[in-house]
Amino acid sequence: MAKRIEASNVSSYYGSFKAIDSVSMTVEPKTITALIGPSGCGKSTFLRSINRMHEVLPGARIEGSLTIDDQNIYDPDVDVTAVRRMIGMVFQRPNPFPTMSIYENAVAGLKLNGVRKKSLLDEAAEKSLRSANLWDEVKDRLDRPGAGLSGGQQQRLCIARTIAVEPQVVLMDEPCSALDPISTLAIEDLMFKLKDRFTIIIVTHNMQQAARVSDKTGFFSIDKTGDPGRLIEYDDTQKIFSNPTQRKTEDYITGRFG
Amino acid sequence: MGDYPSRSVNATAGDLGVTPRHAQGAGYGNSPSNYNEPPLGGGGALPKKTRFSIETGFRGLSTAAGAMVLVIIVAIAVFLISKAVPALQANNASFLTELKWFPNDTEPVFGIAALAFGTVLSSIIALIVAVPIALSIALFLSHYAPRRLATPLGFVIDLLAAVPSVVFGLWGRDVFQQPVRDFSIWLNEYFGWIPLFGGEGPFGQSIMLGGLVLAIMVLPIVTSLSREVFQQTPGMNEEAALALGATRWEMIRTAVLPYGKPGVIAAVMLGLGRALGETIALALTLSIAFKINFNLIENGGNSIAANIANAFGEANETGRGALIASGLVLFVITLVVNMTARAIIYRRREFRDSAA
Repeated sequence: MAKRIEASNVSSYYGSFKAIDSVSMTVEPKTITALIGPSGCGKSTFLRSINRMHEVLPGARIEGSLTIDDQNIYDPDVDVTAVRRMIGMVFQRPNPFPTMSIYENAVAGLKLNGVRKKSLLDEAAEKSLRSANLWDEVKDRLDRPGAGLSGGQQQRLCIARTIAVEPQVVLMDEPCSALDPISTLAIEDLMFKLKDRFTIIIVTHNMQQAARVSDKTGFFSIDKTGDPGRLIEYDDTQKIFSNPTQRKTEDYITGRFG
Repeated sequence: MGDYPSRSVNATAGDLGVTPRHAQGAGYGNSPSNYNEPPLGGGGALPKKTRFSIETGFRGLSTAAGAMVLVIIVAIAVFLISKAVPALQANNASFLTELKWFPNDTEPVFGIAALAFGTVLSSIIALIVAVPIALSIALFLSHYAPRRLATPLGFVIDLLAAVPSVVFGLWGRDVFQQPVRDFSIWLNEYFGWIPLFGGEGPFGQSIMLGGLVLAIMVLPIVTSLSREVFQQTPGMNEEAALALGATRWEMIRTAVLPYGKPGVIAAVMLGLGRALGETIALALTLSIAFKINFNLIENGGNSIAANIANAFGEANETGRGALIASGLVLFVITLVVNMTARAIIYRRREFRDSAA
């Protein structure tokens, strides 16, 4: 229940603006990969390219090849909704559906995919909320609005909603940047737990977080505003944070950059 | 609801307004008018607050304006009721159930039943026809059409809202009546076994024609309000649905429609309000009959507002009172409709408010 992602020479565009330039990396199943780098360096763009959320914006397109277990994600014959079911996503700001209860939020993805049977939905809701370490906090108020939870709980609800459809890969776009340190810790614990079942790719501005949670780290950077972002270095997290090969990486992680 | 984008815009504007003053550095007498004055942030003794200022003046003005609304409403209500009561006392039939409308006779006989029925029926027809079309147009404009097409099309829709109702009425009577008559004859031939489309004719100047003209009139209001509401759906909720593997229509069903529901209900109620109160378009398109009849396609029909327009000129004292009484009934109907809508919106408020 986890698949390998391979990107080779991926370039993403917004209209005529090139946001990232030929990024290549391989993400192994059941690992956590962190993408770090200064703002505007294209790490979120790359992340959104993986589940084809990039192309939701008008004029956005990519070049190069992205595969999941050797199937081309951008094959014209591939159903884009199937790609997004296979590769789930958690966003920067917690975004539970405001009109739905906690329960409805947790099973929203299943309902979208035609699951109607109450017993299946109940089971999936409990399982995903337990997996997201949220069950004990919300089990007595599943019919309350999802947006009424605290920020950290909302983000865990969004994670539950994402993993309820049992994706292969979970993308997280700065999932803790709107959260306090305790909620952040809760999400990090959760990531370790989820690693057994999913391939996780996380964008973060918090280098301690990258160092704590990830197996591999990719460092993105840009030369100056307007240039496309590039993948400068991609290696084991241990190596990136102790002995990076690139000068730029070292400058960034030691705080001498940007 | 949907205040996220505007809030961030305001925040930026606020920052820009504050920054330059901070940048000048404190304690340097940076008052714009005179360098000898203390700096804007104070420095000397704390001054007394001004007793009469623009603040208090404006506060009094807005309070007075608010109070005036209440006074006007009460005055109108007192006037209407004082005119209506004598006419109702002179009535020789039950006002609520009587169909006939002869308030000018020496023995007045009149009732609201047929008129109220016609008002509600024509408005319901209008909504049944207009709302699905309006919502489809609104969704097309907000989520499907490319911007280059959506902007001019939205403008045309708003233009339609600006057409005076008498123009719609004349158009309905002189142009639209013939196609509706042909359609009615066709309906009668093939679906005559349904009571709604039965009857012997003549067809054309029917409650259906009136309802369809009303539908065209409420369409722009419902469309442009719903479009506004749909456009306010938070982008992050739409993205959440898409990222779960929703198609565009599924995304609309999951994120856009539930989020917009209170707004759409409000839009429909505004449209219904316009349809219920519409006078001249119905006065021109219906051929007047004081009956309660579910037949949609035969000539006939009437509404409270149209009857007031038609009958006021020739009415005597009692007749005018009777018409005013009918106006009060229209007011009550509108009030009930609005309160029902508010109740529907209120019931799910918890889900809406926590979203803001």
